[in-house]
Amino acid sequence: MSKVHVKLTVNGKAHEALVEPRTLLVHFLREDLNLTGAHVGCETGHCGACTVDIDGMSVKSCTMFAVQADGADILTIEGVAAPDGTLHALQESFREMHGLQCGYCTPGMIVRAHRLLQENPRPTEAEIRAGIAGNLCRCTGYQNIVKAIQHAAATLAGEPFQEAAE
Amino acid sequence: MNDMTPTREEREAKLQGMGCKRKRVEDVRFTQGRGQYVDDLKLPGMLFGDFVRSTYAHARIKKIDASAALALPGVKAVLTAADLKPLNLHYMPTLAGDVQAVLADEKVLFQGQEVAFVIAEDRYVAADAAELVEVEYEELPPLVDPFQAMAEDAPLLREDIKDKTEGAHGPRKHYNHIFDWQIGDKTGTDAAFQGADVTIKEMLSYHRTHPSPLETCQCVASMDKIRGELTLWGTFQAPHVIRTVASMLAGIPEHKVHVIAPDIGGGFGNKVGAYPGYICSVVASIVLGVPVKWVEDRMENLSTTSFARDYHMTTELAATKDGKITAMRVHVLADHGAFDACADPSKWPAGFMNICTGSYDIPVAHLAVDGVYTNKAPGGVAYRCSFRVTEAVYAIERAIEILAQKLGMDSAELRMKNFIKAEQFPYQSALGWEYDSGDYHTAMRKALDTVGYDALRAEQTAKRDAFRRGETREIMGIGISFFTEIVGAGPTRNCDILGIGMFDSAEIRIHPTGGVIARMGTKSQGQGHETTYAQIIATELGIPADDIMIEEGNTDTAPYGLGTYGSRSTPVAGAATAVAARKIKAKAQMIAAHMLEVHHDDVEFDIDGFRVKGLPEKRKSMKEIVWAAYNQPPPNMEPGLEAVSYYDPPNMTYPFGAYLCVMDIDVDTGVYKVRRFYALDDCGTRINPMIIEGQVHGGLTEAFAVAMGQEIRYDEQGNVMGASFMDFFLPTAVETPVWETDHTVTPSPHHPIGAKGVGESPHVGGVPCFSNAVNDAFAFLGSTHIQMPHDHWRIWKAARALGA
Repeated sequence: MSKVHVKLTVNGKAHEALVEPRTLLVHFLREDLNLTGAHVGCETGHCGACTVDIDGMSVKSCTMFAVQADGADILTIEGVAAPDGTLHALQESFREMHGLQCGYCTPGMIVRAHRLLQENPRPTEAEIRAGIAGNLCRCTGYQNIVKAIQHAAATLAGEPFQEAAE
Repeated sequence: MNDMTPTREEREAKLQGMGCKRKRVEDVRFTQGRGQYVDDLKLPGMLFGDFVRSTYAHARIKKIDASAALALPGVKAVLTAADLKPLNLHYMPTLAGDVQAVLADEKVLFQGQEVAFVIAEDRYVAADAAELVEVEYEELPPLVDPFQAMAEDAPLLREDIKDKTEGAHGPRKHYNHIFDWQIGDKTGTDAAFQGADVTIKEMLSYHRTHPSPLETCQCVASMDKIRGELTLWGTFQAPHVIRTVASMLAGIPEHKVHVIAPDIGGGFGNKVGAYPGYICSVVASIVLGVPVKWVEDRMENLSTTSFARDYHMTTELAATKDGKITAMRVHVLADHGAFDACADPSKWPAGFMNICTGSYDIPVAHLAVDGVYTNKAPGGVAYRCSFRVTEAVYAIERAIEILAQKLGMDSAELRMKNFIKAEQFPYQSALGWEYDSGDYHTAMRKALDTVGYDALRAEQTAKRDAFRRGETREIMGIGISFFTEIVGAGPTRNCDILGIGMFDSAEIRIHPTGGVIARMGTKSQGQGHETTYAQIIATELGIPADDIMIEEGNTDTAPYGLGTYGSRSTPVAGAATAVAARKIKAKAQMIAAHMLEVHHDDVEFDIDGFRVKGLPEKRKSMKEIVWAAYNQPPPNMEPGLEAVSYYDPPNMTYPFGAYLCVMDIDVDTGVYKVRRFYALDDCGTRINPMIIEGQVHGGLTEAFAVAMGQEIRYDEQGNVMGASFMDFFLPTAVETPVWETDHTVTPSPHHPIGAKGVGESPHVGGVPCFSNAVNDAFAFLGSTHIQMPHDHWRIWKAARALGA
């Protein structure tokens, strides 16, 4: 199959590649760029394990072709920590609040939360739950994910974390 | 003592041992996207396999034409049953003593069955090629309803065993019959029912569902023909057993089969068994001499690899008129699909269904289970459950509500009246188990007091009155469930998988400067083993948990074990870990005594070292002792510090809990709202309260899903309905209720550290709790039982049928 030239930025790094027009973005990221943090869980756009950030929006990378990302600026889980390796507040908070178990949904969940906190820096519990409704988790029951995002929001705002009344 | 000397508390805290909320070791890699899952693996020259699957539930295969597929550039081979037959690999043995077709041989028996395996250069080409394989079928009448399976004129499903009159568990009554398993005192039970004041009987269906971990089943097989060695990476909850099976099937000596389970994206029972995808990948790698990867898609996962439940339980209780239960009788019709691939210990065709007398002192009981074949996917795995315990607990916890309703008694009071009393433990149940420990009355009272049970019932009465007066269209349900689980399989005298006893193992090796590597026969799929096993060792040996690395999943390096499922890791491998640590500790004591120049009876363990009794300042730290083990061991003692334990548990463990759910239901729309969910768990000794809470949250969420909508449904033609996340109910953060957790602690008397296991309790206890809440809401309208799953549509239909 003939290939198409794409040029895009991933985690601040410029990439150029030849891809088949039908190659899904998630497969391009995982197999061509070896960024295996985004996972495939359903291939139907429901689970969100493949979530990445494209030009300031959360996108499920299994619902998009790599060629559609030509010229895009993409952030994956591998680019969430600072270049010096310092973890992002969300990464610390997910560990602190036990917001993950098997780890399969975690990259998508953190990348989504990363965008959510830019859209709404101090979300309520209900806003967080609605904000991550496109990301399924089979292990945690979400309660500690919600706490982790609240914890990270507080950290980023330089405020003490207060557990929301439940 | 100066101010710099750490206190006892500080020394204990530094260990991060048992009982502390240690943060998880695993999270460091998972939060950075650096987990290593099967599909992350990329090997030079690796090919991809994909299945051609049956479009029919029941049909004869007339012809398979792979020529167009083989002509597609990039396609390397297409395997069919004809290719596997000469290798005797077209069928594989199941854990339940049956065989399962690896690739359909002449006939397909369920929609989605594996018919051909296409191997190509990449996954896209493999998928294209699978589409190009032409299969000509002759449709046969499908058998979908298990209640019709043993009808005289039922279609014959298994032609391969049609003349077999003896099954793996006794005589077969019909060509679609698998087994008839009975336990208990039939005569005594029948007599108790005959003379009973009050009896109830209800057919309680536990629908077919699926564990559906977020990562599907997958593997990479790599045959090195020069060395004659096979390496198989895969999503294996039980990697050592997979190695034994792979060795037996492929005819490669076991030491030349390297099975590796890397990080696993959830299992919940789905990844216990061996599937045709694994076999086909191995065969393809052997044939082609290069690595072959197989990755299920979600639809394949939901519709082919291992459903759960599908138990239809006619449940009866007999009682005195004041509410003392006198007998229980249960008959189960078990729908096992096209092959009996149920994942149970070999001697237990219906798993531990005989825990169905629950938490109650029932003097006599009888259980009979009939397994039948239908044109549905094979399986019968324990979805977050220890071998049919979920079904058993559902039966008794629904039945007790129905009995309470008939007696006009409060169901909490009926439970209290019939609970096994704390002083009765160890308790012999009517169906053959010895419950290790429990204090049910205390747990139940704590739960009722915490939620303000009496006030809730008063509110419910007021709401019912208001509903009758036409002032509201909302009804309120209070669901209670008090469960007793049986986990930690199990004693080798009665538990084995393919003849291998269900022990588990731990090997601990301490290196000269105090770094520890410990390896277990289990395999975490999110439970946090790397964190919690280290906590056990930290407390036992006085070495900081951060200095202990836990490894699992590599069958070359880890000691043999039976894997992680049935909440068995803590009860079995956790026990092995403590026992191995204690062997090391005994040697460390000898070394310490030698260093301190006293008799070994004169030293005692003290948090992180040994001290001379009565002279606490004369002590040696573990760090010093470990160095001495390599540097100057006592005369006649071998250097080094390591131990291995293969632990054969003397009994199962019996975690229990009291759950309560308050639900409000709008009868005009069927929309429900979980107002409150309270879960009290008693899992014995608690190793890491943070992880326990996380397990409970997750299990409750799965229970919520199963009770309230998650289902694998078939139409009358045997078509799978809704095998994608569009239809299969996985709750999002929006639907998922908020969970309140609580606990009591009743250690297991036979476990080295008293731990019982917790991973499955919330699922086992949660499902009946939700179902009881829905049923309790409608009880005042004359309903005795509404079948699960309780999705909005079905609740609305039930409300209409009751004239609400």
